[in-house]
Amino acid sequence: MTEPTKPPTKHPSLNPLPLKERMKVPRQHMLEQAPLLRATNFTEVNLGYSEELARREAQRCLECAKPQCVSDCPVGVKVKEFVELIVAGDYLGAAAKIREDNVLPAITGRVCPQEDHCEGGCLMGKKVQPLGIGYLERFVADYEQRHLDIRNVAKATPTGKKVAIVGSGPSGLTAAGDLVQKGHQVHVFEALHEIGGVLVYGIPEFRLPKAIIRQQVDYMRAMGVVFETDVVVGRTVTIDELMQEEGYDAVFIGTGAGLPQFMGIPGEHLNGVYSANEFLTRINLMHAYEFPRYDEPMLDFRGKNVAVIGGGNTALDAIRSALRLGAGKAFILYRRSEAEMPARKEEVKHAQQEGIEFQVLAAPIEFLDDGKGWLAGARCQKMALGEPDASGRRRPVPIEGSEYEIPLAVAVIAIGTSANPIVQSTTPGLNTNKRNYIEADPMTQRTSRKGVFAGGDIVTGSATVILAMGAGRRAAKSIHEYLTSPGAW
Amino acid sequence: MFKILHAEFLAPGIKRFVIEAPRIAHKQKPGQFVILRLYEQGERIPITIEHSDPERGTIGIVVQSAGKTTNLLNSLNAGDSILDVVGPLGKPSEIKDFGTVVVMGGGVGTAMAYPTAAALKRAGNRVISIVGARNKELVILEKELREVSDALMLTTDDGSYADKGFVTDKLRQLIENGTRIDLVLAIGPIPMMRAVAEMTRKERIRTIVSLNPIMIDGTGMCGGCRVLVDGKSEFACVDGPEFDAHRVDFSVLVQRNSMYRTAEQKSMEDFQHEPEKQLETVRARQTGTCALQGGDR
Repeated sequence: MTEPTKPPTKHPSLNPLPLKERMKVPRQHMLEQAPLLRATNFTEVNLGYSEELARREAQRCLECAKPQCVSDCPVGVKVKEFVELIVAGDYLGAAAKIREDNVLPAITGRVCPQEDHCEGGCLMGKKVQPLGIGYLERFVADYEQRHLDIRNVAKATPTGKKVAIVGSGPSGLTAAGDLVQKGHQVHVFEALHEIGGVLVYGIPEFRLPKAIIRQQVDYMRAMGVVFETDVVVGRTVTIDELMQEEGYDAVFIGTGAGLPQFMGIPGEHLNGVYSANEFLTRINLMHAYEFPRYDEPMLDFRGKNVAVIGGGNTALDAIRSALRLGAGKAFILYRRSEAEMPARKEEVKHAQQEGIEFQVLAAPIEFLDDGKGWLAGARCQKMALGEPDASGRRRPVPIEGSEYEIPLAVAVIAIGTSANPIVQSTTPGLNTNKRNYIEADPMTQRTSRKGVFAGGDIVTGSATVILAMGAGRRAAKSIHEYLTSPGAW
Repeated sequence: MFKILHAEFLAPGIKRFVIEAPRIAHKQKPGQFVILRLYEQGERIPITIEHSDPERGTIGIVVQSAGKTTNLLNSLNAGDSILDVVGPLGKPSEIKDFGTVVVMGGGVGTAMAYPTAAALKRAGNRVISIVGARNKELVILEKELREVSDALMLTTDDGSYADKGFVTDKLRQLIENGTRIDLVLAIGPIPMMRAVAEMTRKERIRTIVSLNPIMIDGTGMCGGCRVLVDGKSEFACVDGPEFDAHRVDFSVLVQRNSMYRTAEQKSMEDFQHEPEKQLETVRARQTGTCALQGGDR
């Protein structure tokens, strides 16, 4: 005789606010540095929620029966549950709830494009401002960092399986965190001297402080993940050597978006023309803005005209960094209109507050020489929007006879990246697509090589931190299946 | 952290280091380089690998004092450490039997040309080496290079040792004597490599140069090391460091290498003002985020 399965008991809501009152409470603003002040420093723009603000914001949650915020999250964070724990005042519990699905909450709380995922799916957003899920995630993650002793982090029972993670960016860290929680021995290889990949070299201090990344990495060390810097997989050691000589049972490749794209227009070699990757790496990884305390040099930006070409988050990070280096006039040159800009909305707003000028529907067609090999300006062309292209965005069409010149001391090219060939070219049998990105199954992240998985920008091309984390998460799940069920390939 | 096992001056301002770096020693091929960073506040600089010993797990580099970082590095001794050494980077030299190869080393470039010369010799080539230095004191690796060369020619700018003149004078002699040359490899200061390229272009002799532009990550990620080759941007770190000399725009290379001259001069002045204190900082600030290396694995 079987007992009838009981429906899960629905506990009464802990939220003291009646449902109908919740929509009346406005979305709580996060404190931020004043625009004119922050434009002169590299300290974080957003200052975080107080407990009071966090609880007031959390109480706005409508506690939907089928929360869209959860299904719209690439890693499936249980938003409704962690928000309810904030309402109850159990912040460490809320952090633990997020960590079940996301090992980098302090990072995603800061850089995730929430409007495209959780907050974009929030029911409240249809009528009023959506729930501040990103702000709340950041609040509990920061609270956890202040109050949790990482020595108490639980370690899983070892399985005896070894996994190598190539690259310590968002996809690699996520895969490492998920796999170590399953008891696998996880070793992360990083080419640079700091752990974090694009989080460290790409995203500036004013948006994602390095200390935050270090704390998240320390947490992963406490869980048992081993990190090794200064290893360029493909050069220092190959995937085959890792598997055959060093005994790794599986490998995850998360090497990220590799080579910066240039525009192929005259004058790109002039002094003063940078790729966004170089410009940001100098500032973020190498601390060039702290020269001469740090040795890495940077040009003198004070009072100069600086333009960044592009409309993504990288472009905004670059131009806002240029402003902080003292640029006299800092502007974005983007060939489509503001509506098509792929950047996070909050960053566009912050940049505008800080005095960044947006010259949209315009693109440079030549960089001009001052006669001594230095950049003097750019010849630009105006654009109109035509029919939508493959990306679904309206294609920019040059307007004939619309050319104009602007004086410039520095130009930063932020138009995207192409695949870095190092791992692909040194791993026989690893299939790549036409553009040389690694081919991986979109659900299992398996590549054409047995035991080798890949995810993040090296598979999809430039995307976002959270999408890379989603890939790391799927890869970890499928690596775990591969390692624990014989014959699973 | 990478331990310096041995350090000795080969000439004034030119020092050779043997560094414990097992992974790199295991993989290095002639023509490749490492990027190193001395301490937490340090910059990353590329240096060609002079030799490697996979059994001992060591690599050798030869460093000429030029700016702050190289001066600091050359102040370090056996027992000291370098915070980061990453490599081997870049494409290895093409090694096969070309026939007769002229290997030209200018100044410290001689140390970079040496491993390739040795490999070319082992591949069956007739190797003619031409080594140039400013003066007698600065001639390095003469004995080593002689051992792997069928002929060795030496010049000093001031005539204080061997023949007075430049390496290109010797190359001209070879050409004028009707010596059959299948390949020239030239590594040294940019004006020397440019002069060699101009000379061999007329003679249609294939010529390879090894370029050393400003570089940061060394993996193709930043694009800072781009050089103009046949009018197109190529990255020295992943497409090079060796390029066909006849396709390289040397003027752009010179111009791009001058980009940070003001800042570099400031760094150098700061160093010269208090070299001891700066060295102390290097030794004190070698606590990288991640010290796991070879032996710890």
